[in-house]
Amino acid sequence: MRRSRLLYVPFYATYLFLYAPIAVLVVMSFNSGDSPYSFEGLSLKWYGELAGNAGIRDGLVNTLVVAAGSTVLSTVLGTLLAVGLARHSRSKVLDAIGVLPAVLPDLVLAIGLLVFYASVKMTLGLHSVLLAHTVFGMAFVAAVVRTRLTHCDTSLEEASRDLGANAVTTFFRITLPQLAPGITAGALLAFTLSVDEFVIAFFTAAPTEPTLPIVIYSMVRFGVTPEINALATLLLAVSFTVVIVAQRMTRLTESLS
Amino acid sequence: MLQITGVSRRFGDVTALADVSLEIRQGEFFALLGPSGCGKTTLLRILAGFESPDAGTVTLDGADLLGQAAHRRPVNLMFQSYALFPHMTVAKNVAYGLEREKLPKAEIRDRVGEVLEKVGLSAMAGRRPQQLSGGQRQRVALARAIVKRPRLLLLDEPLSALDKKVRAEMQLELKRLQHEVGITFVVVTHDQEEAMSLADRIAVFNAGRVEQVDEPVALYERPRTPFTAGFVGASNLFAGRACSAGLAADGLGVLPGASDLPDGTPALLAVRPERLRLGVGPGGASGGGPGGAGALRGEVADVSFYGGVSHVSVVVPGRAEPVLVATQGATQVRAGTRVVLSWAPGDGVLVPQ
Ligand SMILES: Nc1ncnc2c1ncn2[C@@H]1O[C@H](COP(=O)(O)OP(=O)(O)O)[C@@H](O)[C@H]1O
Ligand SMILES: [Mg+2]
Repeated sequence: MRRSRLLYVPFYATYLFLYAPIAVLVVMSFNSGDSPYSFEGLSLKWYGELAGNAGIRDGLVNTLVVAAGSTVLSTVLGTLLAVGLARHSRSKVLDAIGVLPAVLPDLVLAIGLLVFYASVKMTLGLHSVLLAHTVFGMAFVAAVVRTRLTHCDTSLEEASRDLGANAVTTFFRITLPQLAPGITAGALLAFTLSVDEFVIAFFTAAPTEPTLPIVIYSMVRFGVTPEINALATLLLAVSFTVVIVAQRMTRLTESLS
Repeated sequence: MLQITGVSRRFGDVTALADVSLEIRQGEFFALLGPSGCGKTTLLRILAGFESPDAGTVTLDGADLLGQAAHRRPVNLMFQSYALFPHMTVAKNVAYGLEREKLPKAEIRDRVGEVLEKVGLSAMAGRRPQQLSGGQRQRVALARAIVKRPRLLLLDEPLSALDKKVRAEMQLELKRLQHEVGITFVVVTHDQEEAMSLADRIAVFNAGRVEQVDEPVALYERPRTPFTAGFVGASNLFAGRACSAGLAADGLGVLPGASDLPDGTPALLAVRPERLRLGVGPGGASGGGPGGAGALRGEVADVSFYGGVSHVSVVVPGRAEPVLVATQGATQVRAGTRVVLSWAPGDGVLVPQ
């Protein structure tokens, strides 16, 4: 039976809807003119401007510091939390509370953290954003790793104990390698979520040390410039690379392990 | 060598083990036989250290075992699922236990090579468990356990995941290996033929209790409880009361059997199908044939021929289930033939009920 070509129309329309804005953005970032709406010629002008913009550069550095730090913290804590919940607790309530920050509205988390920081008299800065991002990042890592754990065979850990390994050796030699793909996925999730997180960062950052989303927000309040297009294109390239590298890495660890 | 005394374990309102006592001897191939859910795995897990009993003691060579952590016990368990580490090669899997003992690298290499040779997997040393067949995985699991040279090796349904042909091969192999390494084996199975062919002694379990501990032949020929009589091998069971000649069966009269039970004790009479003799014709006298007492008359309901043996089921008036008879080779009787069943008194075993 031949399929009607018409059937493909909604399919292409959906893809057009998804990717047209991104394509426009990428094309406009190479615009030589000033107007964000009409294309005048190819140039890397805006990338140059971007490199010269100290505000964006600082924002990027701040964001990377926060994202890297909170990813490391949330990966370690989230993995431990998942293993603890899966192997040493029978409480459904604890289980739910453990992953709750992942589904809590950002605004609630942001206000809660701000109030908490104030009550313990903590100064705001990159460290406060980093900790705040760790709170939800950890919950995401825990949720991903927890799913992977429920598919893991507990008899592997018992076999390890049976063969003379203590709990610590068993964790590092057996449990962790089994969880590696889940942990990698969780870490990537935590990283990408932290990079473009706005609400919580906005509440918990010091005005002198904004993260990139905050810098961009304050720039677009005065209109979209082609500079923003260039920045978005770069971010797009970075996230593509990260996803591809991550996929390669998981395949690598899976074939190595 | 291993002494289990009064071990009990409950899970909520399920009694997995009820007051189990067993003694297992040095170098023995011991089987725990029972239907699914009767507590066999629970007992193995207690011995391995993954479960603790609510009551009772276990000693190995006179020393308390229950107080030791699982990874310190000189006991290894071969899991029903094999539990091979998927991220390690066969050689790494086998070496894992020796590495934990902090043995020198060269010794580990030698012992791993030796044990892989013993189970015939030297060529597979570099493979991953996923790349092996079921039978090969089973051998890796076995090699990984025996390379530790434990005092006691526990095997949970070691052959149940294999298909019939491989299973028969592995039964022989398991026996040969046990002989070679001289380790005491405790194997769990729900397959009575497997237990019979493998073990030196068998403990029959039913609902968390030990019904009988005996050598295979004794277990088969002299079951001491109704459960054992029914579970181990096919048996014709008749209910009634013990009397001097055997059993006064309900509605069937006196059936011959050897008994040392006091007269009048409620009992079951168990007769193996291959011990029954078929006499043809309506003239077969009750109480009849030489050397055996004729006992029952009936009519053949069905005959099935299995190559070496034939199974004849005989409907006996006064009894709900047909009586099963196994005869050598092809038989002359057909469905509808009237027959007389007889057996020697020594072949009827009385079991108190
Ligand atoms: N961890 C557990 N929690 C609750 N019930 C269990 C647990 N382990 C075993 N049981 C119960 O104990 C009984 C015996 O189980 P098991 O020892 O696995 O039997 P077998 O190995 O003879 O089939 C079963 O009824 C099973 O449901
Ligand atoms: Mg079992």
